[in-house]
Amino acid sequence: MTEQKHIVIIGNGIAGITAARHIRKRSNHRITVISAETEHFFSRTALMYIYMGHMKFEHTKPYEDWFWEKNRIELKRAVVSKVEPSSNSIIFHSGETMQYDELILATGSASNKFNWPGQDLKGVQGLYSFQDLESMEASTKGIQRAVVVGGGLIGIEMVEMLLSRQIPVTFLVREDSFWNTMLPKEESEMINRHIRSHHVDLRLKTDLKEILSDENGKARAVVTGDGEEIPCQFVGLTVGVHPNISFLKDSGIETDKGILVNKKLQTNFTNIYALGDCAQVQNPMENRKPIEAVWYTGKMMGETVAATICGNPTDYNPGIWFNSAKFFDIEYQTYGYVSAQLKEGEESLFWEAEDGLRSLRIVFDSNSKAVLGFNAFGIRLRHKVCDEWLKNRTSVQEVISNLKRANFDPEFFKKFEREVNFSS
Amino acid sequence: MSKEGFSISLASPHAPGMDGFQKGGIALFALAFLFTLIGLFGPAAQDPALFFYIGFIGSIVGLSIYTVRTYLKRPAGVQNNHIFTSSITNRGLWGWALGIFLTGFYVVLYWGSDEMWNSSPLVLLFNPISQGLFNHPPDRWFLYSFIYTVSILIMGVRAILKYRHSNYQIVRTCSIMFFQLGFAFLIPQFLKAMSQPEYYFSYFWPLDYDLLFPSNVDGMLSNGTIGMWMLINSAILTFIATPILTYFFGKRWYCSWVCGCGGLANTAGDPFRQLSDKSMKAWKIERWMIYSILLFITVLTILLWVNSYLKGGMFGGISHSLTKVYAFLIGQAFAGVVGVGFYPLLGTRVWCRFGCPMAAYLGLLQKYFSRFRITTNGGQCISCGNCSTYCEMGIDVQSYAQRGENIVRASCVGCGICSTVCPRGVLNLENGSTHTDRENNNPITFGNDGVGLNLD
Ligand SMILES: Cc1cc2nc3c(=O)[nH]c(=O)nc-3n(C[C@H](O)[C@H](O)[C@H](O)COP(=O)(O)OP(=O)(O)OC[C@H]3O[C@@H](n4cnc5c(N)ncnc54)[C@H](O)[C@@H]3O)c2cc1C
Ligand code: SF4
Ligand code: SF4
Repeated sequence: MTEQKHIVIIGNGIAGITAARHIRKRSNHRITVISAETEHFFSRTALMYIYMGHMKFEHTKPYEDWFWEKNRIELKRAVVSKVEPSSNSIIFHSGETMQYDELILATGSASNKFNWPGQDLKGVQGLYSFQDLESMEASTKGIQRAVVVGGGLIGIEMVEMLLSRQIPVTFLVREDSFWNTMLPKEESEMINRHIRSHHVDLRLKTDLKEILSDENGKARAVVTGDGEEIPCQFVGLTVGVHPNISFLKDSGIETDKGILVNKKLQTNFTNIYALGDCAQVQNPMENRKPIEAVWYTGKMMGETVAATICGNPTDYNPGIWFNSAKFFDIEYQTYGYVSAQLKEGEESLFWEAEDGLRSLRIVFDSNSKAVLGFNAFGIRLRHKVCDEWLKNRTSVQEVISNLKRANFDPEFFKKFEREVNFSS
Repeated sequence: MSKEGFSISLASPHAPGMDGFQKGGIALFALAFLFTLIGLFGPAAQDPALFFYIGFIGSIVGLSIYTVRTYLKRPAGVQNNHIFTSSITNRGLWGWALGIFLTGFYVVLYWGSDEMWNSSPLVLLFNPISQGLFNHPPDRWFLYSFIYTVSILIMGVRAILKYRHSNYQIVRTCSIMFFQLGFAFLIPQFLKAMSQPEYYFSYFWPLDYDLLFPSNVDGMLSNGTIGMWMLINSAILTFIATPILTYFFGKRWYCSWVCGCGGLANTAGDPFRQLSDKSMKAWKIERWMIYSILLFITVLTILLWVNSYLKGGMFGGISHSLTKVYAFLIGQAFAGVVGVGFYPLLGTRVWCRFGCPMAAYLGLLQKYFSRFRITTNGGQCISCGNCSTYCEMGIDVQSYAQRGENIVRASCVGCGICSTVCPRGVLNLENGSTHTDRENNNPITFGNDGVGLNLD
C-alpha cells in the first residue's frame, strides 16, 4: 500500500462519494468530504419522492449515518470559496483553510436562468438542491396554480410533484413537442399525450417572457412569448443546468463551460481532479458529450479517479451510453445512441403498443445493419444484453429474432416481443 | 419536511377532490356503520342480527365503492403519494390509534375468557352464517377467521387496484385470496362440520409448530384414515414439497403466494409496508431471533418425542411447560398480538421477519440451495431508495442494486414490490437455470469499461 495522503473531496454527491468509497476500499489515505448542502450524502434523483410523500429525507440516504465513521471518511459541512493550487490549500467561506495532497472537485451543477424579468421573485425557483426542495415546500402551500417552464426531465418531475398536491399546473415547453431535442417524434408525442392525460395544461411552442410580481415581491403571473398572462403563485424554472464552478474563478484551474479534464480526469494541475456534473472532458470518446450531467457518469468517474489516485492510473472509459427516466407512469430506458433525428446512414424500426403506453425503437446502420441504439418506453430492457449487442455491433435481424433475451419485464407481463411488429 | 395530514384513508392516502361516487361510498359506509352499532347496542337488540348484517354488508359495499373509484380515477401506475405525510401510514396519531386498537383486540381475543366470548353479541351475530354454512355454532375463532378472511378479500381488491399495472402483483394477490378463502377458511370449517379434525392445508411444520408434537400426531392417528392421510400430507408438504418448490421458486411460493400471515400482510397490511426498519441493526436482531426460534421449535419437538418414547419418564414436566411457554410467547404474543397489532407501528412482516420458524426454514433453503434471485439491471440504479423503503422485510435492496449485485437474501419473501416501485426498471425476480450462478459480486458500475473488476 502506498504512503498515506490527504485526499480532499469538494462535493458529497454521487461523484464525490463514489470516489471516496473506492479510495477507501483501495487504500488507507485520509479522506475528507466537504459539502455545503447536507450533512450526509443523499440521492438527488429522489428529491421528487420526498415532496410527494413517497419517502422521507432519511430514506434517500444510500448509507446509514454510521457508515462514514466506520469507513473513516471525514465529513465537513462548509462552503469552499477558493482553491489555491499553488499552496495546495482550499479556503472556506469562514476564512478557515485546509491542506490537501490530492483534491477532487465534484461540485455538481446549478440551475440555469436566462435573465428573465422577475426570475428572482419569491415563489420562482429551480429544482436542484435540498434547499430548493425546502423552498418549494414553503412556496407551494395553498396556492391555486403553478407554472413550470422548460420541457426536460426535471420539468416533468416538478409537474408531477405539484400534481400530487392537487395543484393545477401549466407546463410551458418552447419546442413543438416534449423533450424533442432528445426524443424522436413518436416517442415525444406519446409523452405529450401522457402528460395531458394527467390533466396538465401543456403548452407547446410557448416560451416565457416575464414573471409578474405582486405588491409583496411574490410571483403573481407569468407572461408568455405571445403575450398571454397566466396567473400563478409558483414558477418552476427547469431549463437545464450548468456546471457549478463559479468559485474557481482566478484559481488558475482551467475551465470552459465546466472544469477541463484529460482522460485521467485530471485538471491542468496533476493533483487536482474533477468529476461528475462539473467536469468537462477535453477529448470525449466517440458519440459521448464533453459534459454529461447524469448520475451514472458521476459514479463511473468516481471509480476511475479512485483507481488513479490509489496507484493504478486509469483512463475514463465509459463504454456504451445508457440512461433512464420515468414520465409519470411511463418508464423510459435507452441504450446506445438514439438521436431525435436519424443521422445520415441510419435507419430505425419503431413499434408502439395499441394502448399508446409502450414502445420500442431500434436504430441501426443502413449499410452494415449493425444496431446502434434502443429506446424503450413502458418496457424494461436488459442492460447486459443490449450492451453486448451494441458492443458487438450485432445485426438488427439477429437482435429482432433474439429480442426475448433482452426482456427484463417482471413475470406475467405481456410479452412485448410477441407483439412487436416492425413491419407497420 | 413531513407534515402530518389529516387523511385516514387507506385506499389512497390522499384523495381530495372527491366525486359523487366517492362521497356516496363514504356516506353508505357511515350509515351502515351506524346500523351495526344499533344492532349491537341499540333498541334493535331483539333482532340484532338483521341490523348487523345490513351494517356489515353496507360497510363493505360502501368502502368498496369508495376504494374502487379512488383508484380508477387515476391512470395505472405506482402511487405512493403522501404515505409519509399521512397520519395513519406514518405512525402519526391515527397510526398509533389503529395500532393500539388492533393490539387490544388481539389481547382480548387470545386471553379473554370463553364465557365472555361465547355470550358476546359479536360472536352470536355470526350464528346464522356459521350455522347456515357449517352447521355449528360460532366461537371467537370463527369470528376471527371470518374477519381475517374478509380483510384479505377486501384489501386484496384494493391491492389489485393499486398495483394493477403489474400483472405479477395481480396474479399473486389473487393467489393469496384464493388460499385464504379456500384452504384456510372454508375447508377447515367444512372438516369441522363433518366432525373431522380441523386441518389447515396451507399451514404445516414448522409454522404450525405443534403439528409434529406427539400429542398432535396421536390425535390425528386416532382419527383413522383421514387423520393418517393428513399426517402423511403434512410430512410430504414439509419435507419434500417445500424443498423442491423452494429450489425452483425461492421461498416466495409460500410466503407471498400461499401463507395466510403473508396474505394479511400483503393485503390489509399493504398501506404499512414502508414502516419496516431497514437498518443494519434490525437485520442483526432479525437473524438472531428467527434462527433461535427455529432451533427451539426443532429441539422441543425432538424432546417431546424422546419424552413420549420414554413414556414421560424423562422430561415430563419440563417439555410440557416449554410447550406452554412457546405457545404463549411465540404462538400468541408474537405471531398474533405483535405480528398484526403492530402493523401501523413496525410494518407488516414483523412476525415473518423476526419470528416465523417456517420463514427461517424456507430462508435457509432459499439462501443456499434455490435458483431464485432478484437480478439488478446493469448500471441503471439511481439509488433513489424506493425499493428499500417499500420492502416489507426491511431489506436494504438499494445497497445491492446500486452496486449491480443480485439480491440473494434469506429473508426476501419475493413479494415483488421492490421491482414494482422501482422507477428505473432495475429489479427483477428471476428463477435462474442453476443455483450456483446467483451471486455476482461485481462492485463496479456496469457500463464502466475503464475500471477492471478486480481491485488491486
Ligand atoms: C431533481 C433531479 C432529478 C434528477 N434525476 C436524475 C435521473 O433520474 N437520472 C440521472 O442520471 N440523473 C438525474 N439527475 C442528475 C443527477 O442527480 C446529477 O447528475 C448528479 O447528482 C450529479 O452528481 P455530482 O456528484 O456531480 O454533483 P452533486 O450531486 O450536484 O453534488 C455536488 C455537491 O457539492 C456541493 N458543493 C458545490 N460547490 C461547493 C462549494 N463551493 N463548497 C462546498 N460544497 C459545494 C453541493 O452543495 C452539492 O452537495 C437529477 C437531478 C436533479 C436535480
Ligand atoms: S426484496 Fe423485494 S421481493 Fe424481497 S421482500 Fe423485499 S420488496 Fe419483497
Ligand atoms: S433499484 Fe430502483 S428503486 Fe432501488 S434505489 Fe435503485 S433505482 Fe431506486
